[in-house]
Amino acid sequence: MTALAIAAAVKSGERTALDVVDEHLARISQRDAEIGAFNLVLADEARTAARNVDAAVSRGEPVGPLAGVPVALKDNLCTRGVPTTCSSRMLEGWRPPYDATVVQRLRSAGAVIVGKTNLDEFAMGSSTENSAFGPTRNPHDTGRVPGGSSGGSAAAVAAGFAPLALGSDTGGSVRQPAALCGVVGFKPTYGAVSRYGLVAFASSLDQIGPMASNVADTAACYEAISGHDPRDSTSIDGAREPVVAGLGQGVDGLRVGLVAELCAASARVQQDDGLDGVSAVEGVAADVIAWVDAAATALEAAGAAVTVVSVPSAVLGLSAYYLIAPAEASSNLARYDGVRYGLRVDAANAAEMNVSSRSSGFGAEVKRRIMLGTYALSAGYYDAFYGKALRVRTLMLREFAAAYADVDVLLCPTAPTTAFELGAKTADPLLMYLNDVCTIPSNLTGHPAVSVPFGSGDDGLPVGVQLMGPALSEPVLLRAAAVLERAAPSDGSAP
Amino acid sequence: MSPVVPEREPAVPGDWELVVGLEVHVELSTATKLFCGCANRFGDAPNTNVCPVCLGLPGSLPVVNAAAVDFSMRLGRALGCEVRGAVFARKNYFYPDMPKDYQISQYDQPTNTDGHLELPDGHTVGIERAHIEEDTGKTTHIGGGGRIHDADYALVDYNRAGVPLVEIVSRPDIRTAEQARAYVRELRAILLAIGVSDARMEEGSMRVDANVSVRPAGSDELRTRCEIKNLSSLRALGRAIVYEAQRHVELWSGGERPRQETRHWDEANGRTTPGRSKEDADDYRYFQDPDLVPLAPATGTIAAIDAALPPLPAARRAELVASGGGAVSTEDAALLVERDQDGLVRAAIAAGADPGVAATRVANDLAVDDWSPVTPEGLAALVSMEISGRLTATQSKQVLAEMADGGGAPDVIAQRRGFQAMAGDDLAAVVDQVIAGNPDAWSRFCAGDEAERKKLAGFLTGQVMRATRGQADGAAVNRLLQERAGS
Amino acid sequence: MSGRITRDEAAHVARLARLRFSDAELDELAAQLSAVLDHAADVEALDVTDIEPTSHPHPLVNVTRADEVRPSLDWDEVLAQAPSVDDGQFRVPPILGEAP
Ligand SMILES: [Mg+2]
Ligand SMILES: [Zn+2]
Repeated sequence: MTALAIAAAVKSGERTALDVVDEHLARISQRDAEIGAFNLVLADEARTAARNVDAAVSRGEPVGPLAGVPVALKDNLCTRGVPTTCSSRMLEGWRPPYDATVVQRLRSAGAVIVGKTNLDEFAMGSSTENSAFGPTRNPHDTGRVPGGSSGGSAAAVAAGFAPLALGSDTGGSVRQPAALCGVVGFKPTYGAVSRYGLVAFASSLDQIGPMASNVADTAACYEAISGHDPRDSTSIDGAREPVVAGLGQGVDGLRVGLVAELCAASARVQQDDGLDGVSAVEGVAADVIAWVDAAATALEAAGAAVTVVSVPSAVLGLSAYYLIAPAEASSNLARYDGVRYGLRVDAANAAEMNVSSRSSGFGAEVKRRIMLGTYALSAGYYDAFYGKALRVRTLMLREFAAAYADVDVLLCPTAPTTAFELGAKTADPLLMYLNDVCTIPSNLTGHPAVSVPFGSGDDGLPVGVQLMGPALSEPVLLRAAAVLERAAPSDGSAP
Repeated sequence: MSPVVPEREPAVPGDWELVVGLEVHVELSTATKLFCGCANRFGDAPNTNVCPVCLGLPGSLPVVNAAAVDFSMRLGRALGCEVRGAVFARKNYFYPDMPKDYQISQYDQPTNTDGHLELPDGHTVGIERAHIEEDTGKTTHIGGGGRIHDADYALVDYNRAGVPLVEIVSRPDIRTAEQARAYVRELRAILLAIGVSDARMEEGSMRVDANVSVRPAGSDELRTRCEIKNLSSLRALGRAIVYEAQRHVELWSGGERPRQETRHWDEANGRTTPGRSKEDADDYRYFQDPDLVPLAPATGTIAAIDAALPPLPAARRAELVASGGGAVSTEDAALLVERDQDGLVRAAIAAGADPGVAATRVANDLAVDDWSPVTPEGLAALVSMEISGRLTATQSKQVLAEMADGGGAPDVIAQRRGFQAMAGDDLAAVVDQVIAGNPDAWSRFCAGDEAERKKLAGFLTGQVMRATRGQADGAAVNRLLQERAGS
Repeated sequence: MSGRITRDEAAHVARLARLRFSDAELDELAAQLSAVLDHAADVEALDVTDIEPTSHPHPLVNVTRADEVRPSLDWDEVLAQAPSVDDGQFRVPPILGEAP
């Protein structure tokens, strides 16, 4: 049952929210031991919240658009009085004294929070293997990773533990796991959803996004959580266009661009003479590209015009990202010092206590990124690395703006491959980082992007294709995503 | 050997020159902190004015207090600064009193740059910048006699964490310890005048660090400087500068050079002691805070601030001196403005008071917290009673004190206290005695032209005043003199 | 492995970041960070002198809030999460150095 169907049934009295929650809790207890999607299941709290929704319905009081819908929250979203760990020993047992803005909004939309999902520690990773509490497994093949860092949320939706989940996306952490788990994952425009209460990884890139089994649920969740928040200075003010209402309007006349640099192996790109010699990102698999081409064809069939466009700086995204994100992270994560909350490992003096606490509390990948970011910001290296990366960002904004003068949305893969095996990339950080090569540009530009399941790879695992648009293009982006969703082969047959 | 602590100027021998720049941290008197809605209040129980934002809890985000921005721009304009678009940066370093282990400050794009401050003596000190930043919490070292080095543990209170500060950095334009003190006094006067801070050194809402170096007189080089922290009074500021300057002169003269370092003022022993060496280079890894957006004063904002600025101390001093037609001394003017009594004196002058006497009387004898009952008219009346001889200077001071206490009009007070002017037959007898005792002056008075007559009237009245110990009314004496001269 | 970062540099960065590593870990980190920086050579090599840096995707300015007092946290709520509390304050081991 989709989130919107549940909300309709609960509102009409056809089903109770409690019944819905119990059904999902039952599925969790049946299968989550195998998947490991949740760090914490909030059975009692969820039942209480569901009963409150049911009571409101029976009293005839208005309930929100997500009435009775179970939602899984990535465990880096603050929940008042409920442990929020970021899958780190550093924050084990920490109970925030406040709710994130998105959590407040979900509650007032009638949603029922069923648990906190696993992630790569502090959202740093692309496989959910960097969790202090063990990895999450891909529900389609438990020998494979679910992607990351919002792997727990993606797996929860894919396994039917919750029709909706929230993740956070700093370099693709909502879209890439969505692609690998065969669900829809949406990163809204930077500033469209408040970051207040999202434990920061890289503040200028972080954005909370919904994940669901379908585009309509994704859109409904986006509507519930987005909007201006005075507690987030980077929140965009002003009215937001509704997205759910226009989902069925199709893409007739829409101009779609295939990004040459991210789709070098695409038949369409190779046929385009004008784009010979573009430098392309490496490692995008042929089966994935084939589905991107198929998606282009599907959009054409629905009336869109597809062209190939070049965004040269897209290939610089990965490098720029792995300077900017760790730099911001090194500062954001300084506060975990053992003084006010979280883990303390005692020592003879305060500075040593900081060192001991941080050294035992953080995992290897977090330390690696703190080191990288500290280096990139440190005296003598700032201009060569961090400063340059910020200029690459400008370059990307300019080039994407130029592309969006010609097309309405851009198309490319979400992830270079389907879900890989657990442990396959843990030994080589750089290899792991390459997973984000197609998703990173939208984080650097702050633009919205959505991953839609579209076919299966040679290994039978889900493939996701990515649509990107300019700032605040959510309505058109999700409308195009809905067209792809309808056109996607249900049997996973080859394109 | 450390030099003894003198309090005299000059701080350095004549062949040396003192070079001082001051960094003053001022807490803004906003209702709330810089980035959250917690109360900005001194003296509450520890950790009661804290929230997720100022505790740096994971997931919390800062939002700038509009009043803090406004106050800082107001201060910038009062210091003649250029006020421009500004960017908040993170200054990264670990310290337990800093909740996020970075301080949000302004780095390469501060709100205020390139201003100046004019001291009462006319010397001008350049202001390099005045930027907004957040304060830290308060650390108490427990055990080991409260000394940082051998404490058993420390306690941290975050009530002050996130309180808005403006850090005002002067150029190294200060040449004497007295100028340094005058600079801080003047800055304080400006802060109070524009209402952005209560600027109390003793409560820590105004904190002064001094960068001190010396150089051979006549040179314009800048030699190794030491930053002296912990200066919690004007007296400490002056003494520390003198001490430190002499230490430098001694080192240079002995062929050594001071180490660039932070030093602390040890009030009890009257000396500075070494702190952190600046040589283990600080690497603060400044970068623009991605949680905040730039400040960009809208068109008209600066003009509106300028228009709303109250008259500043320097202008008020000038105005007071001008309104006195040169009779008000610069010292009196400085003091009166500092005590916010220049308005009273100017109004009294406008009401007819003698400028010099009015200024001096208030400057010398109205050093009380509340002088609101003293009206300009009352002050003018008091001054004319004093000048006319109805009151002696001593009596005048006593009457003024009672006026400040709400005692009423000066003539009423004088009467109540029995400070009545001698009048009638008694006075006439004294006048006749004086005439008889000064025949020469008297004959010149009778025969002189107007100017001569006026001059001698002053002399004769003075003699009468002396004889009556100030109990005579000047106007009455004058009347009697004219009568006796038959005019 | 490229030698962009030496063990000593890695050790210096670790001190700034308040992290402790063994020598072997430092060597491994130095190699891994060097590899990432090698990958970033494309960015490092770029001539971007006339391009302004972008710290932020959206050009927002002057986002402020009114100077109005909001309730602070409950005292218990503040201190309940602290690793060590004494006398209503956060307790830490002795602090050796002064703040920079
Ligand atoms: Mg400062
Ligand atoms: Zn606060």
